[in-house]
Amino acid sequence: MSILIDKNTRVMTQGITGKTGQFHTQMCAAYANGKNCFVAGVNPKKAGEAFEGIPIYGTVADAKKQTGATVSVIYVPPPFAAAAIDEAVEADLDLVICITEGIPVRDMIRTRDRMKGRKTLLLGPNCPGTITPDEIKIGIMPGHIHKKGRIGVVSRSGTLTYEAVGQLTALGLGQSSAVGIGGDPVNGLKHIDVLRLFNDDPETDAVIMIGEIGGSDEEAAAEWVKANMRKPVVGFIAGVTAPPGKRMGHAGAIISGGKGTAQEKLAVMESCGIKVTRNPAEMGKLLKSVL
Amino acid sequence: MNIHEYQGKELFRKFGVPTPRGIPAFSVDEAVKAAETLGGKVWVVKAQIHAGGRGKGGGVKVAKSMAEVKELAGKILGMQLVTHQTGPEGRKVGRLLIEEGADIKKELYVALVVDRVTQRATMMASSEGGMDIEEVAAHTPEKIHRVAIDPKTGLADAQAEDIARRIGVPEGSVAEARDLLKNLARVFDECDCSLAEVNPLIVTGEGRVVALDAKLNFDSNALFRHPEIVAYRDLDEEDPAEIEASKFDLSYISLDGNIGCLVNGAGLAMATMDTIKLFGGNPANFLDVGGGATTEKVTEAFKIMLKRPGLKAILVNIFGGIMKCDTIANGVVAAAKQVSLSVPLVVRLEGTNVDLGKKILAESGLPIISASDMGDAAAKVVAAAAKS
Repeated sequence: MSILIDKNTRVMTQGITGKTGQFHTQMCAAYANGKNCFVAGVNPKKAGEAFEGIPIYGTVADAKKQTGATVSVIYVPPPFAAAAIDEAVEADLDLVICITEGIPVRDMIRTRDRMKGRKTLLLGPNCPGTITPDEIKIGIMPGHIHKKGRIGVVSRSGTLTYEAVGQLTALGLGQSSAVGIGGDPVNGLKHIDVLRLFNDDPETDAVIMIGEIGGSDEEAAAEWVKANMRKPVVGFIAGVTAPPGKRMGHAGAIISGGKGTAQEKLAVMESCGIKVTRNPAEMGKLLKSVL
Repeated sequence: MNIHEYQGKELFRKFGVPTPRGIPAFSVDEAVKAAETLGGKVWVVKAQIHAGGRGKGGGVKVAKSMAEVKELAGKILGMQLVTHQTGPEGRKVGRLLIEEGADIKKELYVALVVDRVTQRATMMASSEGGMDIEEVAAHTPEKIHRVAIDPKTGLADAQAEDIARRIGVPEGSVAEARDLLKNLARVFDECDCSLAEVNPLIVTGEGRVVALDAKLNFDSNALFRHPEIVAYRDLDEEDPAEIEASKFDLSYISLDGNIGCLVNGAGLAMATMDTIKLFGGNPANFLDVGGGATTEKVTEAFKIMLKRPGLKAILVNIFGGIMKCDTIANGVVAAAKQVSLSVPLVVRLEGTNVDLGKKILAESGLPIISASDMGDAAAKVVAAAAKS
């Protein structure tokens, strides 16, 4: 088992004909069971065509109907990406993974409002995607650093997720799933949601949770861990040295009004029983120490 | 992106948010002319910089005669204004706003931000206007009232009236305050703001409700649909290094240390800064070269870092995923040669084609210090900076 996706997941790519969409669709199809998982592309102007043997449909609804795909991954450019999410939600997909970086917050506020009461889950935007090693990868992470195993990884940052995964793999610890929730202020699944899934996954033994400055999602997740989590969780927060009021690359990584500092998050996590490290080179070692 | 108070007030007036009458001025002569055009007996001379706390720093003064307008404009224009938001070096004042004097009876506070928990625009308002709102939030949080705004309908009449009453707007002025608050919420939404703050919002002796200040920040991801707001950009208010970096699609922020960092990914870049600090060093910058770094981008990144006075060492930390380590290694070698590197360079590579990348660095003939992991890299760069 794993969370969110496995080798039986069937995926469509929205934005399959753009440069980024083409490249990553090829990489994902080449990973593990990818060839069987990536079954459709969507582009209203190119319906009836194909990319590398993957048929292209005019709408998400049509792609779902024709192929049975229940998950979509989005590489559509930022001005149109929120509408792409809306379309996938309208078609009642199970999960939408939005890789696109730079979507206006106002668009995401409206999209999240429209998602209320719908069944579709959203991962991202501005995220690397998610992977279940040796089964399926949906997103832009390098597949070869992963190893199948029993550790869950959840993070707001792409390369910092790879860093944690790389350390685990080097220590011989494989991953059940690694999930990038993205660096935007208004997004879909949060740490707390992913931790809940790992808690219920019989094939996950422990979790690395990686956060960064801005917002209070890590604090909320830590409180939830204290009350509900049956498995050890270790953590790291990036941005101890980040100055207030400056947006550190990610739209959501900003300390505003003295809130959302790394120190505050680390303190809450520790008080909730999460072991934390201030040295990101030791995330893997720390996880190993709690097994 | 930030804009000046006078520009914010121009936007306010377009959306029906009342402000005092005012005219921007770029010289003392223009300031006097502006005061004459406005007429009246009292004027406010306000420094225009992208930072709060201007009043406390001596950048906002009341003039009661033309001679005083002239004197104050001369003093404030060109001054190095220091506030709690500018840092100790302050910011040079290049623009003024000359405004008619206001008859202030009550000072209130109102702002809009995006609340990440409710995932909605949220209005925050308080009866404690004119003060540092962070102080109010820390000591008397019950005096801050919040309301989440439904994106389908905007701020509702009843919500706006309720907020107005809670912050102490007199009953006779509630209708006027309601309209102002609703229009302010429209500014926030329609202009893609990330912050809209009015401190203070005032009630005048005659019961008028007026925005005496205007602080607006915008979502940079939405600027593509607001050319009118992009036209307000004032490059004099921005860090030249950050402007230069943005031309090459590099995400760069100057910090006050002496160790330059070049990293791929925002989270890893922050983590790298943190690790340098953990090992006793001080990062000179945040720099995310992104996922598609080319030789050109890496070269420009080196040039920007090396311009910094007092730079002692550089740390390159790359976790190559889709981007291969040999590509980055070639970029680092080309850049180091082109800029004739004058400080120690520590490189940590991990990920795709890492062995090939390390080989390229080793055979380059450059005095590059190679590191095995982030901790090792930070320890080595801190040691190198201490020696150089």
